[in-house]
Amino acid sequence: MEFGFKLSPSSAIELDSLDLSLYEKVCDVEPTAKTCISCGSCSATCTASEYSGMSIRKLLLDLQRGKNAEVERMLSHCMLCGKCTMVCPRGINTRRVILTVCRFYDNVEGAV
Amino acid sequence: MTERLVTGFHPFVIPFVAGMFFVLGYCLYGLVRILVELPNKDRQKFLLSLITPKTAWKNIKDIFLNCLIHVKLWKRNKVLGFMHSSIAFGWFMLILLGHIEVMLFLPERTRFFYYPIFFNFFVAEGESTIQGAVLFFLMDFFLLLVLCGIALAMIKRFASLWFGMRRTTNPSFLDTIGLYALWAIFPLRLLSESFTAHISGGSFLTIPMNWLFRQFLGNDLNFLPTWWAYSIVLGIFMFILPFTRYMHIPAEMLLIPLRNAGIRIVHPRKGFARVQVYSCPGCGVCIDACPMSVKKENQKDCTVYLNRQIRRGNEKRIEEISDKCLMCGKCTTVCQVQVDGPQIRQAQRAMRSYSINPHYSKVSVDEHLSNIGNGKVLYFAGCMTHLTPGIRKSVANILDKAGITWTMMDPDGGLCCGRPMLLAGRKEPAREMIRINTEIIRASGCSILLLSCPICYRVFKENYNLPGVLVMHHSVYFDKLIKAGKLNIEKNDSYRLAYHDPCELGRGCNIYDEPRAVVAAAGTLVEAKANREASICCGGSLGSLSLSYEKRRDITLNSIKNLRNDNPDAIVTACPLCQSTFSNYSEIPVLDLAQVIDKESN
Repeated sequence: MEFGFKLSPSSAIELDSLDLSLYEKVCDVEPTAKTCISCGSCSATCTASEYSGMSIRKLLLDLQRGKNAEVERMLSHCMLCGKCTMVCPRGINTRRVILTVCRFYDNVEGAV
Repeated sequence: MTERLVTGFHPFVIPFVAGMFFVLGYCLYGLVRILVELPNKDRQKFLLSLITPKTAWKNIKDIFLNCLIHVKLWKRNKVLGFMHSSIAFGWFMLILLGHIEVMLFLPERTRFFYYPIFFNFFVAEGESTIQGAVLFFLMDFFLLLVLCGIALAMIKRFASLWFGMRRTTNPSFLDTIGLYALWAIFPLRLLSESFTAHISGGSFLTIPMNWLFRQFLGNDLNFLPTWWAYSIVLGIFMFILPFTRYMHIPAEMLLIPLRNAGIRIVHPRKGFARVQVYSCPGCGVCIDACPMSVKKENQKDCTVYLNRQIRRGNEKRIEEISDKCLMCGKCTTVCQVQVDGPQIRQAQRAMRSYSINPHYSKVSVDEHLSNIGNGKVLYFAGCMTHLTPGIRKSVANILDKAGITWTMMDPDGGLCCGRPMLLAGRKEPAREMIRINTEIIRASGCSILLLSCPICYRVFKENYNLPGVLVMHHSVYFDKLIKAGKLNIEKNDSYRLAYHDPCELGRGCNIYDEPRAVVAAAGTLVEAKANREASICCGGSLGSLSLSYEKRRDITLNSIKNLRNDNPDAIVTACPLCQSTFSNYSEIPVLDLAQVIDKESN
């Protein structure tokens, strides 16, 4: 039945059971990832955002919250063009972040 | 000439013979292994090229000019060129003349292949020696030539700057042994031939030395140990050769025909890549050339060290070196054997597997096409030009001023060209982008595809199949427009412009003159200290996967310093990425070609 409204699924983050291994791996390979100030420059320039909502800002936030499935969806259309790297005011090597996530992303964990 | 020993054998030749068999066996094994590793199609192509007269002749010519005469080194530095060609050509001539001597004087001994090397030990001078005087003279002459080369090589160890090299490689332990063995071979040959010169005959070098030695030695007891030493040193050098940088001597003879056959690197360790790695002479010319080496910490990430680590199988370092490289291609241009370091790195990157693989299924070709108007000239700005809107606007202005009917392929930011993905070694997603872009371009019905970014230009040139479409970089197109008189430019002679060759345009696509002509049409062209093939990467390259923003700073500053050598008013480049990178640090304006032309034309 359609009520004209719906209930949003819970977006609470279980800090105790969070799997941050991917985020830790990213910070390990590219420590500058920690310096992100969420300014959104990368989102504004992204070529792929039109197709998958890609944004390095969101990607890093999602990683910190263990929302790995979201990360996979965003990265699915990344073209690695490097515009995000060029505009980043913090000098984060975003392309390295992307490649690291793509490489060490675990399908099984992400599906949970 | 008569033989001194009836058997034609003496035990001292054993070290040499053993070494010779070992090195020949190793090279044969290597050759078979490489041929097996080549993909079937490449192998056929290679074998076919060997029997095609044109490529076969080119192979012989290239091997002679590069392996023996070292023409590329001569162009680089005369002393360095003389040093290498005197050793290589001199040694080759000693072996060749040795064979001629045996064939002339003792034709029945030609099957003993140590005879040409130790000829002077086995023969005694007879009545007919006069016939060999010319040969003896030549033997001494080439020995002297090699000795000059060796002397220069020794000097080079201490004063490499005289040879045009600021930095050189640290030789590995085995390389050092090989080096000393090589240095010892020819002085020992001189000594042993001098000791026997009164028996076997000699010429201007060996006879006076023989006379000198006989003044105070008085007997022949020392000649056998010297011949032994000569043979042992030769043996050591040959046993060690496959494990040292001297492997480049046989490997280059395979590299040249493979390259002439048009073989490309597929696997980073096997086949053609293996030949490239083994052909690296370890000279370290690429260290000075590498833009990263302005920082000492990056000096071990040059191609020469990549080759060394691949030979050692040090996986961790191979990955690090492969990721760091800016892929500017300067190491390949300066390398006398042209080891393609960037290609090896790209193949190495392609080995990795990823669990997230991008796809572009949501991209609609029809939607893109509906945004494209009609026009013979299709302008693809690409990601980088979209990020530098000034360049995009200037290109549009110039096209309008010249009265061209044109349309834009990506007015709202289309797909990437695929080159950054390709450089990261991810072939599949890159291929898909190329497929979609190809579909759009073919359907658009354009005849010229105009690009303002050399990164895009290179991939459109190399990886796209666009029949009937002329792919042009804006520098080439503007040059054509200017020459056709379609643009009205007021040349300002007092405006001094230094042109920076972008890596992808210059070394990548061999376009050097057109952009210069365009700059010269607007102002006075000023050359940088290192220009054209030697131009220094701006540091912003998408080629590097791991180099951080801060670490690129010194590369950019060094490149700017090079460009400002002649005190220009502004730096002009033909790449939006270079323009944007330089702008971060440059004190003088940095402009794209399009911006300069737009400003100076009406």
